Amino acid sequence: MTKKNLLVAGALLATLGAALIGGTSAKAAEGAPIPPAQEWSFSGAFGTFDRAQLQRGFKVYREVCSACHGLKYLSFRNLAQPGGPEFSEEQVKALAAEYQVTNATPNDEGEIFQRPGRPADRFPSPFANDAQAAYANGGKAPPDLSLMGKARTYERGFPLFIIDMFSQYQEQAPDYIHAIMTGYVEHPPEGFSGVAYNKYFLNNAIAMVQPLHDGQVEYPKNADGRAVVPETIDQYGKDVAAFLVWAADPHMEARKRLGMQAILFLIVMSGLMYFTKKKIWKRAHAEEHA
Amino acid sequence: MSHDFFPSYTPKSKLAKWFESRLPLLGFMHSAGVSFPVPRNLNYWWTSGVILCFMLVSQIVTGIFLAMFYTPHVDLAFSSVEHILRDVSYGWLIQPLHAVGASMFFLAVYVHIFRGLYYGSYKAPREILWILGVILYLLMMATAFLGYVLPWGQMSLWGATVITNFFSAIPGVGKTVVSYLWGGYAVGNPTLNRFFSLHFLLPFMICGVVILHVWALHVPGNNNPDGVEIKTKKDALPFHPYYTTKDFFAVFVFLILFAWFTFYMPRYLGHADNFIAADRSVTPAHIVPEWYFLPFYAILRAVTFQIPLGFYTIDSKLGGVIAMFGAIVVLAFLPWLNNSKVRSTKYRPLYKPFFWLFFLTCIILGWLGSKPTDGDWMIGSWHIVNYTTASQIFTLLYFAHFALLPIIGKIEKTKPLPDSIFEAVLKKNGSAKPAGSAELPNKTA
Repeated sequence: MTKKNLLVAGALLATLGAALIGGTSAKAAEGAPIPPAQEWSFSGAFGTFDRAQLQRGFKVYREVCSACHGLKYLSFRNLAQPGGPEFSEEQVKALAAEYQVTNATPNDEGEIFQRPGRPADRFPSPFANDAQAAYANGGKAPPDLSLMGKARTYERGFPLFIIDMFSQYQEQAPDYIHAIMTGYVEHPPEGFSGVAYNKYFLNNAIAMVQPLHDGQVEYPKNADGRAVVPETIDQYGKDVAAFLVWAADPHMEARKRLGMQAILFLIVMSGLMYFTKKKIWKRAHAEEHA
Repeated sequence: MSHDFFPSYTPKSKLAKWFESRLPLLGFMHSAGVSFPVPRNLNYWWTSGVILCFMLVSQIVTGIFLAMFYTPHVDLAFSSVEHILRDVSYGWLIQPLHAVGASMFFLAVYVHIFRGLYYGSYKAPREILWILGVILYLLMMATAFLGYVLPWGQMSLWGATVITNFFSAIPGVGKTVVSYLWGGYAVGNPTLNRFFSLHFLLPFMICGVVILHVWALHVPGNNNPDGVEIKTKKDALPFHPYYTTKDFFAVFVFLILFAWFTFYMPRYLGHADNFIAADRSVTPAHIVPEWYFLPFYAILRAVTFQIPLGFYTIDSKLGGVIAMFGAIVVLAFLPWLNNSKVRSTKYRPLYKPFFWLFFLTCIILGWLGSKPTDGDWMIGSWHIVNYTTASQIFTLLYFAHFALLPIIGKIEKTKPLPDSIFEAVLKKNGSAKPAGSAELPNKTA
């Protein structure tokens, strides 16, 4: 009977599999190409952020992206928090002071005023409001980047979406961000009339011109005066994507760390409960064999 | 409850006697949770009930903490959820516990429902128990939908828009119903406020119905994999310690799965689009509900045609809504649609393949629900069928299952049932004695 059940289950799974795989290839055929998967230090159960990478990524954001894109859900102090880029308190204080921030409450004369930023302040957005941002950027407001690290994805399809449950692949957003950064095409196909052409953007017409170029952002140098990591679009793209993943999920490291402890505890508890149950049920089974 | 095989509670201390004579609470708890006779042959599918109780409590506890920090206002809701995730102590843990918890709750309820279907748990005398279960399922769906609107992301707004629009299909009163749901002329701040209020209310209604559900369970007692009732003491085991230990073990194993998603991939079961703040001027490319609603979403979209009744023509929208709600409501009629004398599918060779076909139909409907309606189902470059046509075929299969039940019951030649639960257990253990054997006792009791 068990054998027959197994056969039936097998046949069911095979039918289902064949049916769903079919669905996947249909999906891949339409729309933008799938962003290539990159290596990320933060993937998997033991993944942690690479501090140096987050710091470089923030540098790219500050020197390039921040001209148009806000980071409104982040405060300066977040940059010093454990599990992030972990800049020092002093660095963060100095950084915050470089920004002019609008005070939330009026002064004694009843006027809203500007003052140097403090670590507790949120990152000021580059535009006063979405309308101004859209007006200054050809009709489309550049999106805030705080949540980009979790607000973008692409369809995985069958069977990948099942494999992902076990492999914990969830880096669609950074893969996509990196793909967009590196996906600009210098000579778009004939007849294309958009602002810029990007291989990985939906319908290819992206309103942002290529933001990154090789050598644009200066990276730390070693004793010979050579950059420790390459100053290339590819590397900038990876670094800024990693930074944005942290920005979107700043407690990821704490969560994964606690997760390991929780799961180990649960496995031990399950084991103990299993043997408790087994011992208790021995009495019932003894009755059955009497 | 009619059986009292196992010793009931007798208060020993003076205080307990004093209390028990005024309110027999301990005796009630003892008879319901300790000495309650449970069939000794229950398998692990029967642990889903306790897992569901655990999930209900978990959702209420995490929900109450979230409500302390959440702000139900269209301008603040989205950022208040980010505030919980970023700044509130352990908010990064509580929020995913609640969001992933909803999925786990549904996973457990689907196991529970399919177990009931397979083992015919809905058949007499458990019809009320089953119907209360269908009501619980509907309440869960409503609660989950209302909850998904609260973070006020793009899927929240557009999901709310799509779902509330269903009600406009109701002839005559549709428009009025929708305006009461919205509290205005579109999904907006009043909608969010009342959804928050109702999302807080419904779980307590679920608790109330759960009490009735458990009560209705304790009158006839549990069904079991062999579908024969408890006859003698030998067929039963007291709930405690046998099923308490078994259930605890199952809950901990289930928690491993829950923890896996909560800690390692808290956003896997959701939609990336819901991390984009709600924006009325931008419609998402695909509006897709959460995974646990997908089969019903496919059924809703399968009705693309008008149904002329002569005196009234049902348009495709109303038709879809009727089909979708009908797909759930039909479950309540199962006790009467299934006229087989035998409960358990174990002993129903003709029904068994139909059960698995139904299971497969639900999975494929779920898959189709996640697809755009205008796409095509391909295997390689081989065009099978358009997604909409596929949804129609599988919707038909879904309902055909219920229509075929009485016919299957009539023509099926079922396998012989065991005389008792105890005998079924012996047979399974391979320790049943051959008929007419006269062994000497080898053990003293």
